[in-house]
Amino acid sequence: MRDEDRQPVSRMAVKNRWYDLFSRGARDWLRHNEKVREAVRDQLSDMVTGSDILSRPGDRTVQVPVRFMEHYRFRLRDPHEDDGVGQGSGQPGDVYRTGGQPRRGQGGSEGGSGEGEMQFVLEFQVDDIVDWIWQELELPDLKPKTADALQDDELTPEGWDKRGPRARLDRRRTVKEAVKRRAVQTDPVPFTDDDLRYRQLSRRRRPAMNAVVAFILDVSASMDANRRKLAKAFFFWASQGLRRQYGNIETVFVAHTNEAWEFTEEEFFQISATGGTVASSGFRKVQEIFSERYQPSQYNQYVFYASDGDNFADDRDAAEALAMELGNQVNFMGFVETPQNRFEAARSETGRLFKSLEARNYPVSSYTVHGNEDIWDAIRAFFRRQATSDDSQQAG
Amino acid sequence: MKHVHGPEMSNEQLAEYTPRIEGLARDHGLSFYPVDFELVPNQFMMEVAVYGLPVRMPHWSFGVRYIYQYIQHRMGNSKIFEVVFPGNPNRAYLVDDNALPENTLVTAHVLGHADFSCNNQLFDRMQREVGFHIVEQAAERASRIQDAIETHGQRRVEAVLDAALALEANIDVNQPLNRRDFPEMEEPRVRPRPQGFQRHYSELPGEETEEEPQRRRPAAIPPQPEYDLLWFIARYAPELEGWERDIFLAVREESFYFYPVFACQIMNEGWASYWHARLLREAEFLPHQVYLDAIKTHSDVVRPYAGDDAVALRVNPYHLGFSIWERILRDCSLDEALAIRRDEDDFSFIRNYLDEDLAAELELFNYTRRPGAGGEERYIIRDREIDALRENIIGPKFNYGAPRIYVRSMGVDGSLELAHDTDTDGRGLDINRSRKVLNYIQRVWRRPVRLETVDHAGDTKVLEPEDTDPEKA
Repeated sequence: MRDEDRQPVSRMAVKNRWYDLFSRGARDWLRHNEKVREAVRDQLSDMVTGSDILSRPGDRTVQVPVRFMEHYRFRLRDPHEDDGVGQGSGQPGDVYRTGGQPRRGQGGSEGGSGEGEMQFVLEFQVDDIVDWIWQELELPDLKPKTADALQDDELTPEGWDKRGPRARLDRRRTVKEAVKRRAVQTDPVPFTDDDLRYRQLSRRRRPAMNAVVAFILDVSASMDANRRKLAKAFFFWASQGLRRQYGNIETVFVAHTNEAWEFTEEEFFQISATGGTVASSGFRKVQEIFSERYQPSQYNQYVFYASDGDNFADDRDAAEALAMELGNQVNFMGFVETPQNRFEAARSETGRLFKSLEARNYPVSSYTVHGNEDIWDAIRAFFRRQATSDDSQQAG
Repeated sequence: MKHVHGPEMSNEQLAEYTPRIEGLARDHGLSFYPVDFELVPNQFMMEVAVYGLPVRMPHWSFGVRYIYQYIQHRMGNSKIFEVVFPGNPNRAYLVDDNALPENTLVTAHVLGHADFSCNNQLFDRMQREVGFHIVEQAAERASRIQDAIETHGQRRVEAVLDAALALEANIDVNQPLNRRDFPEMEEPRVRPRPQGFQRHYSELPGEETEEEPQRRRPAAIPPQPEYDLLWFIARYAPELEGWERDIFLAVREESFYFYPVFACQIMNEGWASYWHARLLREAEFLPHQVYLDAIKTHSDVVRPYAGDDAVALRVNPYHLGFSIWERILRDCSLDEALAIRRDEDDFSFIRNYLDEDLAAELELFNYTRRPGAGGEERYIIRDREIDALRENIIGPKFNYGAPRIYVRSMGVDGSLELAHDTDTDGRGLDINRSRKVLNYIQRVWRRPVRLETVDHAGDTKVLEPEDTDPEKA
């Protein structure tokens, strides 16, 4: 290489070429985020059942704090302590501390967790999450009650008439009539009563797109925090699913022991009470609310009842009567059972009640939920059944 | 350019300085392949630093590194001066918004690297293996992988890259890049010729035994522990498709290319820093202000401590390497120094040339890190013992920084048995992470995969992937 003739000469290019076109870093970063979303999606059931989205009903997004994904490598186990080399004038025995400072992204972290991993927040639309779940669970879309089952009056403009209330006078049409008349008359007057045209409205029937969901929660002493959480998760996703279907959905929250009260959504999941379980009190409360505010002719009605299945034996007849009454008017009634014992599912007092209604072709069903993993099965079972029962309704 | 003042301080001047600095370098006996310098936007530079190559295969893990780098950069914690890719020609990227003095310094620095990579034996061997044109080859492979994504879908390609990139450091750099397969059959055992009485006996009429036809048996695969996991999987995975093998071999080749950069970092950065300082000092053609600003940048780069700190818990490789080379060039002839840069890597460099005097002068100390009560980390200065210092500096570089994991055997059903050389590494693997890596491997191996290591008590522990269903992708 020392040969002067062959000595290569380096080249210095100071003009940019096409490097601005690159943004592979950003591309791979987006791919990372996509993967995080997929991961979130895969664990959606765990994440959402544990999260507090329910307590913020107005907010249609969930912010999920996520870690950067780690591309795993073989690594030695973290030693209890490890050795390194530093530089400086300290004496043996001197101690330096770093306040849990991240080892990699120094200072770039907001989450300062012990491992020093950076966290960032991804925002998810609740609607997106619901859509994912629907795709994931392959849930069918629901159908509202068919036209003859449930109707809503609607006035639509339809034609004109010579008589009508003053407010519906169609001036443009009236002038048109007058112009026509004057064109054929020799000495026309400007307007006659015959020129007047009133808009005509006709009464049309259309299927109601309103829905109301009543959630009844047994808050007696035997429903502990965990059971309530399961019930809450089921309620939330069932209502989201219905919300996806109906343009206008209203919710009613009722809690009962041996009495029943209506609550706002926020309060609903906080309350606890002591007392026995009288299921009919809850059914009665819902029945009252429905007849006061949500006429069955105007609303698609859904009822969900969550309980551990206990009910006073004295209440058996009252509960059955009310459940049948509700069963006759609602689109669907679901019983979410969080039993004390896995093997006693559907053998409880209320469980048997719903089974017997189901056997008599009432639109009811029951679901057993022990843990988070059961919620999606319950949701899936609910919406599958709904869709098929709607089909049969339509066919009939 | 004489009539305008501005351009004298603009990067345009580099075109004039570069050949003159290069001439100075050659006068000192440095030799290198030509360097293609290019000024690029900062954005591009960050990407090059993250990907390790100007154009490289896409993978989400680069995206994570990119964001770290981006945040560091935005917070002013990190400034990239140059990236140079050894080859013939070398390719060097400088940042176009860095000032002329900085870029002048960087130009000299790059020439130091170019000399190092041209003459250092480890670099030279790896360059010969990968063929002197890594930048173009990597770009070509990246475009093939892009094609694979279009043909086979992102998910499948990503699964292969997840596995291959996770095993990036699990190669055997002592083997050639292009290896032969293991023999399929065992070598026939050669029987010793009969001696003495046996020979006479066998020569008796009617006693000539027919050389009995030896049944050759299939050889064990691998015949001995195989540390090159990337190669082994590429070659022996029972159901790997051609395009998947290509990806494994692509990652492996880039890994060979990166190895000398990793294994000579202290030497190489020190050498380049020594020469940028010296070449600029001797470059009389530089305006005074350019020189002063450049030297200020130099002292920022090679200083031991960050900011106003008086103690650092990591040794800056630029500083350490620079200090050792200054000492060598003070005490030895230039020819001896050139021989050291030719023959050593960081392991021997630190062991041979970081002596007690220098360690004391640099105030190096050994510390122990212990988690404190409040989750904070406590660093306790232990001593300044030289052997421990050396081992602590080079320890993390051992085996390309990865645990020593090898293929022990392959079952008749195609199952893969990996083992961890725990004696050498001194402790077992991080169990959770290892399982995740086994997940990656299982997706390409498509047969059962096991890995033997030890737990915290030192007892043998066999790890399996988390999802044992090989169909699950």
